[in-house]
Amino acid sequence: MWSLLQIELYKISKRPRTYISFIAIAGIVLIIQAAFKADPGYLNILLQNVGDTFEVDKGKVINGYFMCYMILNTLLIQVPILVALVAGDAISGEANMGTLRLLLTKPISRTKIIGVKFLASVIYTVALLVFMALLALFLSMAIFGTNDLLVFRAKDTESQILQITQDDVMWRYIAAFAYAAVALTVIAALALFLSVFAENSIGPIVATVCIVIVCTIISNLNIPIIDRNVKPWLFTSYLVGWKGFFYIAIDEDNVPIKGSMENWPAIRNSLLILLAHIGVLFGGSIWFFKRKDILT
Amino acid sequence: MNVILQVNELSKKFNDFQAVKNLSFTVNEGDVYGFLGQNGAGKSTTLRMLLKLIKPSSGEIIFSGKNIKEDDNAMLKQTGAIIERPDMYKYLSAYDNLYIFAKMSGIKTTRKVIMDQLEMVGLADRAQSKAKTYSQGMKQRLGIAIALVHSPKLIILDEPTNGLDPQGIADMRNLILRLCREMGKTVIVSSHLLSEIELIANRMIIIHKGEKVVEGDVATLLDPADTVVEINTTDNEGAFLKLQQTRWNEQTTKTKKNIRIRTNKNDVSQIISTLTSVGVNLLAVQPRHSLEDYFLSLTNNDTHVEPFTN
Repeated sequence: MWSLLQIELYKISKRPRTYISFIAIAGIVLIIQAAFKADPGYLNILLQNVGDTFEVDKGKVINGYFMCYMILNTLLIQVPILVALVAGDAISGEANMGTLRLLLTKPISRTKIIGVKFLASVIYTVALLVFMALLALFLSMAIFGTNDLLVFRAKDTESQILQITQDDVMWRYIAAFAYAAVALTVIAALALFLSVFAENSIGPIVATVCIVIVCTIISNLNIPIIDRNVKPWLFTSYLVGWKGFFYIAIDEDNVPIKGSMENWPAIRNSLLILLAHIGVLFGGSIWFFKRKDILT
Repeated sequence: MNVILQVNELSKKFNDFQAVKNLSFTVNEGDVYGFLGQNGAGKSTTLRMLLKLIKPSSGEIIFSGKNIKEDDNAMLKQTGAIIERPDMYKYLSAYDNLYIFAKMSGIKTTRKVIMDQLEMVGLADRAQSKAKTYSQGMKQRLGIAIALVHSPKLIILDEPTNGLDPQGIADMRNLILRLCREMGKTVIVSSHLLSEIELIANRMIIIHKGEKVVEGDVATLLDPADTVVEINTTDNEGAFLKLQQTRWNEQTTKTKKNIRIRTNKNDVSQIISTLTSVGVNLLAVQPRHSLEDYFLSLTNNDTHVEPFTN
């Protein structure tokens, strides 16, 4: 299994499309960092929704932690597309090249083959997130320094600023990146599932992106009947659940409680729902792949 | 001779389409076994079932005495294949391709072994070039090297000469013969050309619409004693009447296009001299084995030829 995984990762590393995602992430992060370094006033535009109800000291707000939070807010919506680029190609790309039939004539079970493909997609997703963390968090810390993290939040009809002391931030980022890894693994599992049925990469990649877009739009609709009956079943309703790690609990005197989270059960449930999605999609991929006649 | 592969009553149905129907055949160790049929006859479907790419609807495949249902990978461990075209990772080098497929086959290999294999197919000097830069012939040879990387007993080649130039076809033919004679491999090779199979195979099967037409030794099936000579002259009517007065009168028939004599191939020169001696102007004389005649009738959908019987 390990040997097969090594081969799979080697093949991924040799494909130019693998690096598109890294280049895209680096480009976006560096542009945002450069823009804020050159003109901190840019913050006003980003805080239009909540910031105009507060007096904020830009010098204190903009620091490495805040930059990372903002970049994650921007990027984690786009990253699913980048994950689909590789996971959507996993089986269909092999079918398109003709190597799928060669692969399947080797003494390796189909379950193992798809398992390795899935693992490789997960590793790729984690690598993307680690790369993002290096740039968005550690590079931002190097450029902008560290301070307390102010999280601006629109809650129901109110606006809120949550202050997290700098010694209470890092674990939240680690947890948020881990959560994001699970969320993005759902996208990888979806793209892999669609890849089983296709004979070229474009189909599953485009289909994955379309599903993510449609589900995200539905997840953002504020219609009570959809809120109750549809949203709980959509994985996109949980993709931004990582923010929950930054919603710190507040005591009766409105003082943030260090090391706390406002709603851990909600985060835990979101994680379980995402894991269930991964299980169903990966299980479906195995089921269909084992029964597929290779006719190409 | 030991039987390496025995296929019993193999069938495959895709929805309403019966691609292969109750097909049975036997391949012996050391055979170059020709799998002959026109396009769409069910050759590729059958070969894919042997390789577990397609799940049979019914029937059994016995490899080296074991039903492959009992041991999923027993046959695949001992089989190398090229299906329709040589497959490889075109963005990787020949060396990387061989290394990867050796690993996937579960064998430990060394740089020397891989380079030796590339040497065997004449690609050692391009070992580090990406496969996408190779010519069709080079890709074909790399495909062969990939199929052989784990030293299989059985090699399945589906239409291996497709897309090759005449030199490539000759090289492929020689390679198949070398695999069998020098390396002791068993080779199943499919083709829609009888002439191709005739040159390399010692045993063969013809399938049509998914069913077996005939199976046996090539030497027996293509016995020169069973030849059809097609004759075209400036006056087929007159020539036919003259042939009625010869010893071939009972074997001679006339069609709209030509005159046909079912005889021994060795008689051809005698037929020509007989006809020219009685003043017949010959336009064409084409001896063809009756099996080839039958096979062509399938391919051309030419209904005037009687089915082959052996």
